[in-house]
Amino acid sequence: MVLDTEVLQITLLSLRISATATAISLLLGLPLGTLLGLGNFRGRSFLLSLVNTGMGLPPVVVGLVVAMSLWRSGFLGDLRLIYTPTAIVIAQVIIAFPVAAGLTTASLQALDPRLPQQLLGLGASRIQMIWLLWREARLPLLAALMAAFGSVISEVGASMMVGGNIRHQTRVLTTAIVLETGKGEFEIAIGLAVLLLLITFLVNLALTRIQQRSARR
Amino acid sequence: MKALMEVRHLKVRRSGAQVLHVDSLEVRPGEVLALVGPNGGGKTTLLLALAQLLGQQQGDILFAGRPLREWDKLEYRRRISIVFQNPMLLDMSVADNVALGLRFRGLPPDDVKRRVDKWLHRLEIGALAGRRAVELSGGEAQRVSLARAFVLEPELLFLDEPFPGLDPPARARLLDDLAGLLAEDHCTAILVTHNLKEAAQLADRVAVIVGGRLRQVGSPRQIKAHPADREVAAFLRTMPR
Repeated sequence: MVLDTEVLQITLLSLRISATATAISLLLGLPLGTLLGLGNFRGRSFLLSLVNTGMGLPPVVVGLVVAMSLWRSGFLGDLRLIYTPTAIVIAQVIIAFPVAAGLTTASLQALDPRLPQQLLGLGASRIQMIWLLWREARLPLLAALMAAFGSVISEVGASMMVGGNIRHQTRVLTTAIVLETGKGEFEIAIGLAVLLLLITFLVNLALTRIQQRSARR
Repeated sequence: MKALMEVRHLKVRRSGAQVLHVDSLEVRPGEVLALVGPNGGGKTTLLLALAQLLGQQQGDILFAGRPLREWDKLEYRRRISIVFQNPMLLDMSVADNVALGLRFRGLPPDDVKRRVDKWLHRLEIGALAGRRAVELSGGEAQRVSLARAFVLEPELLFLDEPFPGLDPPARARLLDDLAGLLAEDHCTAILVTHNLKEAAQLADRVAVIVGGRLRQVGSPRQIKAHPADREVAAFLRTMPR
């Protein structure tokens, strides 16, 4: 397997799955993290400890739970999602969304605790206030985005278990590396590993550029 | 003259304990009322309660004759404005910081620019308009914070210890300028300070709050001459002569 169409296909699938999972994780994690960072309600600290625990969820455990749920006999078995890219996205969202939520909470709590009152006192609506708080916390929030993407693009256990590493269908860079290593095809495995590192580096380079540009502004 | 704001039997509790009790207090249109007292005495709690920035409270606060609980919170907050101890400027230009409240209210860009320019000029920070706000000195930042509140031309302005950590000359100059602005604009304002001298310079009347209770309301001179109780007298003794 040289740098051919198959490698290209695997790479694009990896990117598509991880980008989708990161985007969904942000859509869920940003509001939840904001609620936990700014809210004051019963059960808040319990929920926050759940999220913080979720930030360290072992991907194989997530893979196991998602696989059991999507299995033909599982409670979501009728959806027939096991061994599809969607199954991998689901598992990766479960891995990355606590990361996005937890880091959003931490980013907002690092701001001056009086800032929300100051903005409300100047006549901000709740949405205007939250938007400006996100804007103020944009540097750590971008770090949260990088962490969420990093946690899924490099993940292998869950992708293997719920995706099945099916050629042309659910094979992604990490699962392909595992397969090639198992076969003793170290050259190919190393080539794929370098590709994975390169992608991770390029995505983080782009995000870091955005982050640092806004830091200097 | 009818009061702009009236407080009746206001009680604030925090973690089960009562931290503030104000039986009755009025703010008249055009006056500057100073809330003075020792630190931790409840002045800022009262200010936050009046600005509707606290959670739970009991009793009634009336604004323009109507209880605050009947007001839409956003509508009320868009008729007031607030300056905190810490300027808390956002990471954007000085002009954009001053424009914040006007943009919250959806004013047309031309009006925003005109009013921002006017208030930058009045606070003598016109030259800083394009500067990044987080790079300002303490005194400059506090002027931006004042401009950001005054630009809204609020019916009621809240000032929470607006001159912290400034060196004495900068503080004196800012105090003079603020006194000028409040007088020229006949602004109704509630000022929190622990300094009776500052209160005397800026305010028409002073309300002394000690230990979470409103002890006395009167002119600075009345309060100095006839403290209502031992707590007020003890607080006055802590003031530099």
